[in-house]
Amino acid sequence: MPDKQVAKEQSMILQKNMLARLFKELSTAKGTGKKVVYTFVPGNLSELILAFDMLPVYPEINALQSGMRKKSRDFIRDAEKAGHSEDVCTYVKCDIGMMLNGNIGPTGEKLPDPDLLLLSYTGCFTFMKWFENLERLYPGVQVAMLHTPYQEGGKITPEMVQYMVKQLKEEVIPKMEKVSGKKFDQTKLAEILENSRKSQDLITQIFDSTKNKPSPIDAYFAGVYYIGPINVGFRGTVEAVEYYQELYNEVQNRVEKGLGPVTPEGEIEEERFRLVVEGPPNWTHFREFWSLFYNMGAVIVASSYTKVGGVYDWGFRHNPQKPLESLAEYCMNCYTNLNLTQRIDLLEKCIKDYQADGFLINSIKSCNSFSAGQLFMMRILEDKLGIPVGFIESDLVDPRYFSYSNIKNRLDSFFQMLDQRKIIQKQQEIAT
Amino acid sequence: MNSLDEIIQYSKQAAFDLNFASAKKWRSEDPSRILLGFLPVYFPREIAHAANGLAVGIMGAGDRLQIIKGDAYYQSYICHMPRGVIEMALNGNLDEFDGFIFPSICDVIRNLSGMFQLLGKGKFVKYLDFPQNFSSHIGGEFYHNELHQVIDQMHKINGIKIRPEQLNKAIQLYNKNRNLIVQICDLKQEFPWRITTEDFYYILRTGLFIPVEQHNQILEDTFRFLQEDIGEPMDNIKVVVSGAFCEQPPIGLIKTIEMAGCYIVDDDFMLGSRWMEENVEENTDDPLKALVEAYLNKSTFSSTIYDVDNPKGKRLVQQVKKRNADGIIFAAPSFCDPALLDRPTLQKACDEAGIRHINFQYHENIGQFKVIKEQVGAFSDSIKLWEEPVAEVRNLSEKNTNI
Repeated sequence: MPDKQVAKEQSMILQKNMLARLFKELSTAKGTGKKVVYTFVPGNLSELILAFDMLPVYPEINALQSGMRKKSRDFIRDAEKAGHSEDVCTYVKCDIGMMLNGNIGPTGEKLPDPDLLLLSYTGCFTFMKWFENLERLYPGVQVAMLHTPYQEGGKITPEMVQYMVKQLKEEVIPKMEKVSGKKFDQTKLAEILENSRKSQDLITQIFDSTKNKPSPIDAYFAGVYYIGPINVGFRGTVEAVEYYQELYNEVQNRVEKGLGPVTPEGEIEEERFRLVVEGPPNWTHFREFWSLFYNMGAVIVASSYTKVGGVYDWGFRHNPQKPLESLAEYCMNCYTNLNLTQRIDLLEKCIKDYQADGFLINSIKSCNSFSAGQLFMMRILEDKLGIPVGFIESDLVDPRYFSYSNIKNRLDSFFQMLDQRKIIQKQQEIAT
Repeated sequence: MNSLDEIIQYSKQAAFDLNFASAKKWRSEDPSRILLGFLPVYFPREIAHAANGLAVGIMGAGDRLQIIKGDAYYQSYICHMPRGVIEMALNGNLDEFDGFIFPSICDVIRNLSGMFQLLGKGKFVKYLDFPQNFSSHIGGEFYHNELHQVIDQMHKINGIKIRPEQLNKAIQLYNKNRNLIVQICDLKQEFPWRITTEDFYYILRTGLFIPVEQHNQILEDTFRFLQEDIGEPMDNIKVVVSGAFCEQPPIGLIKTIEMAGCYIVDDDFMLGSRWMEENVEENTDDPLKALVEAYLNKSTFSSTIYDVDNPKGKRLVQQVKKRNADGIIFAAPSFCDPALLDRPTLQKACDEAGIRHINFQYHENIGQFKVIKEQVGAFSDSIKLWEEPVAEVRNLSEKNTNI
């Protein structure tokens, strides 16, 4: 791995500017009169928020940023002092701790209080408890709840869509009209959805680029940056389309040149292992965590985490002709809203399509939605595909649950297993 | 049965039969009968009854089964209850069940439904998505459809089409069941020394394993025996236990609380048995709708229900006042996000209402209760010894503030 300063690509600069503008707008929202909506990434209704000219705040993004900025330990401690159990989701505790400490955002400026809590209750039961807690921390705030049915039968039924559309029409949109003081404009929403569709096409192609050998991107560690704009309020904007077009061009350029992924320490020069990863990353030691992979030449060619804000692999795109129905279908299609069979099918597809050498689970202590059932899923994939599997454990933003040496030991064994398998496969090829 | 003791002895066995022998025997007596297993918290058992079925509660294995296979399915930071359920499923304890219902209460139970699907257990597995929208024409319609799916699955198995009169009859039986439970709870509040919570727990839990008609008879007998002036009052405080609506506490824990000087005058153990705070409407033309409306409008409070319009902290305080309890014990299972994430809010509501409380966590198979006994004992003593002076100090402080 060459030790060199990595030049920022144009897409990185674009994203940085987009986020800086959003946080600037948030910091001045009370002055400008822009209304602020707190909501979640999975099943986010970015297009509706944009249609009402409101600004989004994502508590779980605040939490992950606090984790990356090494602030989460103290925030979690403060939430635990306020009565929260050590056992529960650390995103919630980190967010509550951040609020107890003045709700200072990543730019060092205070985030505005919410005008609306938009609970898009998708794929995670804890979201509901989280917003019940927030509602009590902001007494009197307007709350809109959108209950997303779980895909228990592995499909979306007309009744499920109807239930969500009714909620949108009769609960969510009227609440947004009331808070924003603006009438709902379906034409405007359709235009925004058209942009969403374009961004979704582009991001699908970007993640599909890992079919190449070497893969031009890391679909997990770099992937979490790629999903930023589409997940945090920009989906549906022209800016997002431009960002994804730029990123797509950069990735294509790498493919043409036969280059591997860019890491914080430069390009991976030799792709030794191609992996599919299930589960969110650890944020408190993100770079160390990543280095455990790139130092070994391991590239993540697909990850389930990058699908929490929407699964586009099976062809879903927002549909401007059926705006509310398509918002409903989007919510129901988020990764953690899929049943275990669908999740296994999707992971299997990734392993096959992207020719992975191994499958790894990073099981997160805080996230039952992801974690409960993962051991069983792993066993099924191992049996079905005969692929080497690995299992590590960490947490989202609680540094107490990140043990570098434990994870390294397990990964070392996993990589040795992959190496061994490659040797055996080569020997078999020679023999035949 | 001829005595309270006889009822308790019977229930002690029946409530923890992890092979579900009596339910399986019931099913074997008629080929058109079906057996459904449901996970906590609530399932409208009436619909199973009307389809010639029996809905049996699968409350976990508690401390009655050594978990060997189950631990291989779950990481250490996931609650204990699903391990016992998987263990039972893999051991064949649930083999004769026709279907399984997984109510939407948390992500762990949700994903357990997927594991049952993958294991191919039963003729159907249904994750019952309870609505979090409580408008009749929105959440109500959705829930109606969810229940219909269960009814359709049962119909596929035994070909029985539910008629309104059958469902109305089932509603009456379960209304009676709930009313008897409430009557006993009321009586127990007034005369808590007449039956321990441990013994009542056996009786209540038995109702999840046997036909409702049989359980109603047991409850009627129990109520009759409890009319007698039995037992000796003790110098105990009265407490409400909150947080145990899904993974059940081991019997040793209930005993410990009682032995440490508390009468448990209300709790949320097997909350599904008394989920409805009022009767479901009987004798309607559309009894399924009556069940739907009851869920939307008559449900008790629980960590599994979105409560912004009717906060559960307020409702818990009302419950404590109604039961004339001296305090609350928050006892929640380890790693239970719904219960534990509610706890600070509920505690705040208690603080604001001047209700004393303590909290601890457990899991269904803990075997060490010494620390809990000391904690509960100190709580009980503090209330017994200091309640009046504290109240006086509070009054004095309020007077000073007013000055």
